[in-house]
Amino acid sequence: MSRTWDTARRNREARLQRAAPLARGKWVEAAEVPRLLEALVEPGDRLCLEGNNQKQADFLARALCRVDAARVRDLHLVMSVLALPEHLELFERGIARKVDFSFSGPQAVRLARLVSEGRIEIGAIHTYLELYGRYFVDLTPRVALLAAAAADEEGNLYTGPNTEESPAIAEATAFRDGLVIAQVDEQLQRLPRVDIPSGWVDFVVRAPTPAAVEPLFTRDPAQISDVQVLMAMMVVKGIYAEYGVDRLNHGIGFDSAAIELILPTYGERLGLRGKVCGHWALNPHPTLIPAIEAGFVRSVHAFGSELGMEGYVAARPDVFFTGRDGSLRSNRAFSQTAGHYACDLFIGSTLQMDLAGDSSTATRSRITGFGGAPNMGADARGRRHASPAWLRAGREARGDGPGAPRGRKLVVQLLETFREHMEPAFVERLDAHALAEAMGWALPPVMIYGDDVSHVVTEEGIANLLLCRGAEERAQAIRGVAGYTPVGRGRDRRAVENLRDRGIVRRPEDLGIEVREASRDLLAARSVKELVRWSGGLYRPPARFRSW
Amino acid sequence: MERLSYEVEVEGPAAPRAPPALVGVVASGNLEVLVEPGDAGRCRVEIATSARGFGEIWEAVVRDFAARHPVAGLRFSVNDAGATPAVVTLRLGQAVEEYLGATR
Repeated sequence: MSRTWDTARRNREARLQRAAPLARGKWVEAAEVPRLLEALVEPGDRLCLEGNNQKQADFLARALCRVDAARVRDLHLVMSVLALPEHLELFERGIARKVDFSFSGPQAVRLARLVSEGRIEIGAIHTYLELYGRYFVDLTPRVALLAAAAADEEGNLYTGPNTEESPAIAEATAFRDGLVIAQVDEQLQRLPRVDIPSGWVDFVVRAPTPAAVEPLFTRDPAQISDVQVLMAMMVVKGIYAEYGVDRLNHGIGFDSAAIELILPTYGERLGLRGKVCGHWALNPHPTLIPAIEAGFVRSVHAFGSELGMEGYVAARPDVFFTGRDGSLRSNRAFSQTAGHYACDLFIGSTLQMDLAGDSSTATRSRITGFGGAPNMGADARGRRHASPAWLRAGREARGDGPGAPRGRKLVVQLLETFREHMEPAFVERLDAHALAEAMGWALPPVMIYGDDVSHVVTEEGIANLLLCRGAEERAQAIRGVAGYTPVGRGRDRRAVENLRDRGIVRRPEDLGIEVREASRDLLAARSVKELVRWSGGLYRPPARFRSW
Repeated sequence: MERLSYEVEVEGPAAPRAPPALVGVVASGNLEVLVEPGDAGRCRVEIATSARGFGEIWEAVVRDFAARHPVAGLRFSVNDAGATPAVVTLRLGQAVEEYLGATR
């Protein structure tokens, strides 16, 4: 008997035939979508429900929650972000059983509860790039439910500024005989540009309400503290200036927003314009506007967009990647690749760090996942191009050791020694280990491994881990900036002073930073309103960030 | 409200006399520090704090502060509304710089 080589394709044809009566060509009425899904989706399917960091296929998520759970059940969700309540409702109703994902921010507590009740089986928690990689290896979706801004009659999709990961999902699904269904905000005669061609798309539905998008990267400068300004000064003077960091990625915390906001003031005074912070893999952070306007920033490639920044981005095509229509073209997969391979530095905040420098945002009652930080916050071992910052970091890490010269990525972790309610940020043992034990996981969810970290910055100073030789020295360097936490108070004072003499631990005064200057007065913008002013009125913040 | 008081013997010349200096604000997670001339040879820090039970950390903060700054002959009054040690250290340092700045 001859073997068949097109079972998936035949199965796809059978599904399309079942669904055809529910559609007019590719177009489906919103009310018919639960029936359409019942016709298209089979029990046990791997299904990608587009849940990005920002843009959500929320209408399709609600429709999937309304299918007959006797017909559509035991799905294996492969999706980057568990963000909406509906994502977990699918498990409570038995429609889905297993999930492979990257990040679960808003649903972290409920997810931990469902996992411990045995109602969700987690395949693995990935980074974004890792999950997209598996879409093309062993976790290819059978069905993908996407969100786009608009479609034309033929089913070409326009994703607008928030393209995010739609192309990656569509490509993996469409080219392995899967089914692609898109919700769109509107139907247009002629699209501003085509982001996903109609040949990859099987069905389109006009959603009753536009897809949900979160302004996740807007940090109100009014909430930045003087301590964060102090840490930002240490980073700019002690790291950006010293290494000449010109290609970088920032996390989304208030402390990295503070860095963005002192470039036009403090950075300018240090003579750094044109020398640092030229090229970015970054969402269009509103707090980057002053540094763009002041001439620091030369290019920005974005993972996604940011609500309110559309007009500003469209007016700065020399800086941002934009389509012929003028609007931002974001792409999470490419920007993550840029962050991993093309940037010399990643800087981000973390919640907990241990004496090995391992850090995590997980606690016993929260499964938060990773998102993209581990890809940015890891030395790119496959990198083969040199830059001054990368080479210097490599020299510091290797010392005079044997072997070929090799660079290193700068991975900087920012954390105040105490969080809210006097919770110490430095600990002997990460909560991630307890979570892994409670859940029976082989791997504790470590966000960034200590051996990838180059610098730890707290209000007390900078610890340069590249220069440390051995685990004990490293632990003392971390203790040396851990302030009055139990870990910090457990330091060997003489050892720390020795590290200070060698420039491994550096205090603000060692860097020539006057603490008196560490004040919000140094921020180029102290409020959202001032950001709007810097943008010449082009930035239109969402209502929740407007107090005027 | 908890009241704490520390007195540290400090070597070195007494800080020059200057008008009192005030930095910070009494707002949640923040604090206000008043610095003024005090007794020779020692540094006195009096704290009124809304957060109870952190005396040990306050003492460590105050001792390090006195060791790192020329504070002989100065007296500090702190009104704390639950500031972290990071904020406390920053404000104490700013208070000294502010006070000494006025004497330069």
